Amino acid sequence: MSSMTISNLTKEMLKKMFSSKKRFDGRDLFEYRELKIEKDISKKAEGSARVCLGKTEVLVGVKLAIGEPYPDSLDKGNLTVSADLLPLASPRFEQGPPGFNAIELPRLVDRAIRESGMIDLSKLVIKEKEKVWTIFIDIYPINDDGNLVDASTIGAIIALQNTKIPVLEGETINYEKKRSEPLPLVEGIAPISISFYKIGNSLFLDPTREEEEACNARITWGISQIKDQKFINSCQKSGEATFLSEEIEEMMKILPKKFEEINEKIKKAK
Amino acid sequence: MEKEKTRDSKEFIRSDGRKWNETRPMIAKVGVIPNADGSAMFAFGDTIAIAAVYGPRQLHPQHMQDPSSGILRCNYDLLSFSVYDRKKPGPSRRSQEISKVTEWALSPVIDLEQFPNTVIDVQIYIIQADAGTRTAGINAASMALAHAGIPMKDLVCSVAVGKLDKQIIVDLTKEEEDFEGGEGPTDFAIAKIANSDEFSLMQLDGKIPPERIKEVISVVKETCAKIYEVQKKALKEAVEKTENS
Amino acid sequence: MKNDINEAHEAIEYEEDSENIHKDRRIVVPGEIIATGEDYLPGEGARRVEENIYASRFGLVDEQGRVIKVIPIFGAFIPRRNNVVIGRVSDITFYGWIIDIDSASAGFLPIEESPRFINKNEMDQYLGIGDVVAAKIWSVKSKGIDLTLKGKGLGKLEGGFIFRIIPSRVPRVIGREGSMISLIKEKTGCNITVGQNGWIWVKGPNMEEEIRARKAIEFVAEKITMKGLTEKMEEWFSEN
Repeated sequence: MSSMTISNLTKEMLKKMFSSKKRFDGRDLFEYRELKIEKDISKKAEGSARVCLGKTEVLVGVKLAIGEPYPDSLDKGNLTVSADLLPLASPRFEQGPPGFNAIELPRLVDRAIRESGMIDLSKLVIKEKEKVWTIFIDIYPINDDGNLVDASTIGAIIALQNTKIPVLEGETINYEKKRSEPLPLVEGIAPISISFYKIGNSLFLDPTREEEEACNARITWGISQIKDQKFINSCQKSGEATFLSEEIEEMMKILPKKFEEINEKIKKAK
Repeated sequence: MEKEKTRDSKEFIRSDGRKWNETRPMIAKVGVIPNADGSAMFAFGDTIAIAAVYGPRQLHPQHMQDPSSGILRCNYDLLSFSVYDRKKPGPSRRSQEISKVTEWALSPVIDLEQFPNTVIDVQIYIIQADAGTRTAGINAASMALAHAGIPMKDLVCSVAVGKLDKQIIVDLTKEEEDFEGGEGPTDFAIAKIANSDEFSLMQLDGKIPPERIKEVISVVKETCAKIYEVQKKALKEAVEKTENS
Repeated sequence: MKNDINEAHEAIEYEEDSENIHKDRRIVVPGEIIATGEDYLPGEGARRVEENIYASRFGLVDEQGRVIKVIPIFGAFIPRRNNVVIGRVSDITFYGWIIDIDSASAGFLPIEESPRFINKNEMDQYLGIGDVVAAKIWSVKSKGIDLTLKGKGLGKLEGGFIFRIIPSRVPRVIGREGSMISLIKEKTGCNITVGQNGWIWVKGPNMEEEIRARKAIEFVAEKITMKGLTEKMEEWFSEN
């Protein structure tokens, strides 16, 4: 695969195409690619999932360990989200200390999950103020064909939903013993992240890598639903270009519909 | 696992029902990572490895370039959730050692002198670990290198042979690796050039009398021939898959 | 916009085997025996050990007379002298432009090798970073690849877009004596330059035809062993 940076003329072409609402793969501007989900892809993980969005593929695993609570949340378990942009996934990921994308990705997923209140961290205390469960969500892109963020968030949610708490024998965890207790997840809340990308003056969703390379801004929204009310839990804009207020309003109109659509796709794919 | 002593027997049946010289079910797929120049997945039972090859490509920094030959650079690691005790992201000494011996296992089949100043990057990751991870990794990497069109004189096949007391067994599970009875556990990871009497990886930990090494070599040859067939099939199927996509 | 790129693909030296694309081809893996006997000669991708000819890479067997070769199906681009490639300007130095041609070494285009005289001070006005060229490989040295823009169908590319296919599929896309690429150009009305490095430039009368041309090329590129592909593509164009 190519590590060649996108050329000026292709960028121009993509700009024109998006203005005319055309994409190379024939999709609409706000259409997501085919979603494939596989649960439990690693028996050694407490929970895991593989998510494919078109050719983008991400593996997410959840591991539980015992740790100390953070000083400012002594009555809660811990949640740590990390992502390793393996050089495996793209000729653009070099080995070594993480670049900005590597730092951003796990934080975007973290906030979408944490701020939604999906996990009741207060139920993860083992010994008050001393010992709590720490949830590690580890994200591994396997093939980057654009929009790793959204694919990773879906992967994290699915992995959490099929996570079983390991058996605690006294002070140690017996990982091998069969487990059945799920995580304390608040029923009905399942956040996803929906990232809008911008090329020129066009907004769109779920880019391929080629389209993503032509973008000059992105805004990732974490959105969830409690009973009948949808909530935006997080938001982060990246990139140098700006968003206009009418674009923000347009996004607010599209988000709820997309949230429903993607959740339908997730239900079908599971 | 029982601490009984076991006698050596060709009729020996293991706890998962396998014969002494049977590998776990092998699964191989080529082309699993579209972005890579070559890629493959290989599994021995519950041990699953994926490999991607990028190259030949530019080697940075420039001072590392070798004007007489290309460089084969292997990186092996476990995904954090591939093992029960979460592995913290980042290379460990074990993964660094395995990366190096993997490179030595694969380089004899590649004519690196055809690619001076370049690097062929091989990335191997273990998704699920149940012993034999480096052998699964080599089998996956071998297919990925071929898939990438790298000129190779042959494929490389790898399997681990061990002992349960005096009983020699092929392709150990973690449980078998940890066997403590009798002479204790032995784990001998071996890689062979598929169609040649050449061994490119040999790593042994345990206790085995020198007279029995010949048996080990013999069963490794038999087993590698089977692995080669699995690898060959996966590579050929990749072409069909592409055409019918 | 002035664009004198014209039939650049004709400047490409065909692989000797492009004539035989339609013959039945066997897939082999490294270490497999292709043929036995003293008569055969091992060509590229094959080697002789005693009486057997073995595959030295994963690919398609190509027999031409007594010579047995193995042609790659997948893999990175290996640059050769006289290849026409499409590249992106990645840097400008005092002496010329550094061109990313998506291979293990970067290409270097000396200022003297531009199609017309360019003043050292106006280098970036002619070719800036991110611009695209169709260039010919003049020489392949261990330290780098020298390019030229002098020649028919070479030079700066303007308008349209570029995309990549696997380099070993290029002969497929060009076709026997250029028949496939000519068919695609005719059906879409597009100007197309195919680089041996797998990068392809398309510029057409409108966006729809440009998108269609890309789809057609990607379709052809995946049909590795299919015979009668030209007829199949006539059909494809009536349906797409």
